[in-house]
Amino acid sequence: MLLRLKHLCKTYVGKPADVHAVRDVSIDLAEGQFVAVQGPSGCGKTTVLLTAGGLLKPDSGEVLIEDQNPYTMSPDDRAAFRARTIGFVFQQFHLVPYLDVLDNVLSPALAAASPQNDVRQRAVELIEHFGLTHRAHHVPGELSSGERQRTALARALLNQPRLLLADEPTGNLDQESALAVLGHLKDFADSGGAVLLVTHDDRAVSFAQRVVHLCDGRISTLMDRNLSGTL
Amino acid sequence: MNIWRLVIREIKHRRVNFAMGLLSVAVAVSGLVGAQTLLTADRIITGRLLSAKEAEVKKSVAEKQAAVKKAGKELQDVIRRQMLGLGFNVLILPESQSLSEIHLNGSMSATMPEEYVDRLASSKIVTVNHLLPSVTQRVYWEERDRDVIVVGTRGEVPIQHRGLKKPLLDEVAAGKIVLGHEIHRQLSLNEGDTVRLSGRDFTVSRLHAERGSVDDVTVWINLAEAQEILGMQNLINAILALECDCVGDRISQIRAEISAILPGTQVIERYSQAITRAESRAKAKESAETALKEAEQSGVQQLALERRSRRNLEDRHAGFAAILVPLVVLGSIVTIALLALANSRQRCHEIGVLRAIGLSTRQLMVVFLSKAAALGLLGGLTGVVVGLMIGHMLVSAQSGGTSWNEMFTSGTLWAVVVSAPPSALFLAGLASWIPALLAARQDPAVILQRE
Repeated sequence: MLLRLKHLCKTYVGKPADVHAVRDVSIDLAEGQFVAVQGPSGCGKTTVLLTAGGLLKPDSGEVLIEDQNPYTMSPDDRAAFRARTIGFVFQQFHLVPYLDVLDNVLSPALAAASPQNDVRQRAVELIEHFGLTHRAHHVPGELSSGERQRTALARALLNQPRLLLADEPTGNLDQESALAVLGHLKDFADSGGAVLLVTHDDRAVSFAQRVVHLCDGRISTLMDRNLSGTL
Repeated sequence: MNIWRLVIREIKHRRVNFAMGLLSVAVAVSGLVGAQTLLTADRIITGRLLSAKEAEVKKSVAEKQAAVKKAGKELQDVIRRQMLGLGFNVLILPESQSLSEIHLNGSMSATMPEEYVDRLASSKIVTVNHLLPSVTQRVYWEERDRDVIVVGTRGEVPIQHRGLKKPLLDEVAAGKIVLGHEIHRQLSLNEGDTVRLSGRDFTVSRLHAERGSVDDVTVWINLAEAQEILGMQNLINAILALECDCVGDRISQIRAEISAILPGTQVIERYSQAITRAESRAKAKESAETALKEAEQSGVQQLALERRSRRNLEDRHAGFAAILVPLVVLGSIVTIALLALANSRQRCHEIGVLRAIGLSTRQLMVVFLSKAAALGLLGGLTGVVVGLMIGHMLVSAQSGGTSWNEMFTSGTLWAVVVSAPPSALFLAGLASWIPALLAARQDPAVILQRE
């Protein structure tokens, strides 16, 4: 199993009351799987994604990525582990504004100790794959939303992660761009990777093999499209 | 892709932020270097002015010293001659010589061996200087039918243990005669005339002016000739001697010293008005020395005034720099810290993403501190150049100015110039350290949830 979330619980302590963002959530994700997590705003989708990505430690429960619990590692080891294993895609793209497309795609190489020539070659291939060759030397401010998200997707894939975590990647995209991005995610899963997609975009459902519905931090419905039913 | 590329791209992207930081560092470093340039130049100019002043004072004092010495020597010679003319001298006479005879007749009948003068000259005598042996007799000048005082002199006998001094009197050469005023006036004689005395012919070699003393009725001839004429071979009547230091009553010391060398002699002092002259001479010497001392003191005072004035100027500059430089440096550090803090807040999302894609805290620190290092180094170098230019401009406005070579080989300017860029780099890093640490430790989850 590539990703295993076991009985995760996360509560944000605050005023006027504590917010129980995630309650007893368990999700398994194997190689080649594409899982979508759906639910209304504030239901805990992003918290699940950040917890799964080793960025937010759960209050209880366990996160295993390739059978390793990132929260037992030191912060720097966890960062290096994240760089090697996980790719992130965000709704707001989070591209570095002063780097052009090529350098943005290359930015994860700062964390990984890959040979420079190999990395650059791979970045060029990814840019070509996502149809951004003519935009390679443009900064994000000069790109359309779809191009920015494709750039973010290329960046997420540079270090050849086995797990891709996507947080509302189609939230700011038009129909055509959204479908293209979802198609790329599906391709990644089909090529042996695993995708955990957090979205409230119903279009994503048709691409995912499983759909997990969250409500108030709990899993309300789990739908496996391969089984054509609701669990 | 490497950290430096990221840093350079970020600097280009937020160039105003970087330019402000650069300006801040450059101002601080230029303040430091400019102040040091000014202080170094102050020291050089002070040294130069004081050296020139010192040389001027030394030269002036040396000139005055030389003038006083020369005047003193001239005065000494004049006084010595005057004293001789005045008769300030001591007469060494045979003990049996009657003073009444000298004063009443102007002649001396007692004799002593001429060898006495040689004995005195070869002794270690210290109280007298010049020795003039003579015979002095009142004679009837048959050829001219009148009485005269005949003085035979062989000139000055040098005292052997002293250096050779300029003789006060020239020897009267054989066959020559020197005439007193009354004699040449009454006999209408002139220099070059020939006169006969005791059967010998003499040529008049010199005519004395009126002295108002027995000298006016005296003739001077060579000692040997006088001895022959007077039948006094190898005998003399007196030795005229000059005291070496005429101030005070030292006659008793002279008498004691001479009687120890020449027993059977007496010493008399002639014409005490010479003391007044001697005192005047001493007074003149003292006045000259006082004037010289005053000149020296005045020079020293001028030098001290110049030194104080320069020190005040240096102190003012140093005091100004001591306040201004730390303030500017502190201001620069605060500015850099605030700019770094603003920069880290501005880059909040970027930091979150970089953390998410795997950059470690250390790597993020390197990103921020590399920028600070670039800021410090470039600002430091710019500050050094600007500081040197400003300092040189201020220095040029002062008298004389200084050359770069002088400034870099004197004092600590070179050390400040060399250490300023690395110091600026260090301080910029220090100022950026806390903002960098805060940025690197931001929780990426919190940042990424702020969408």
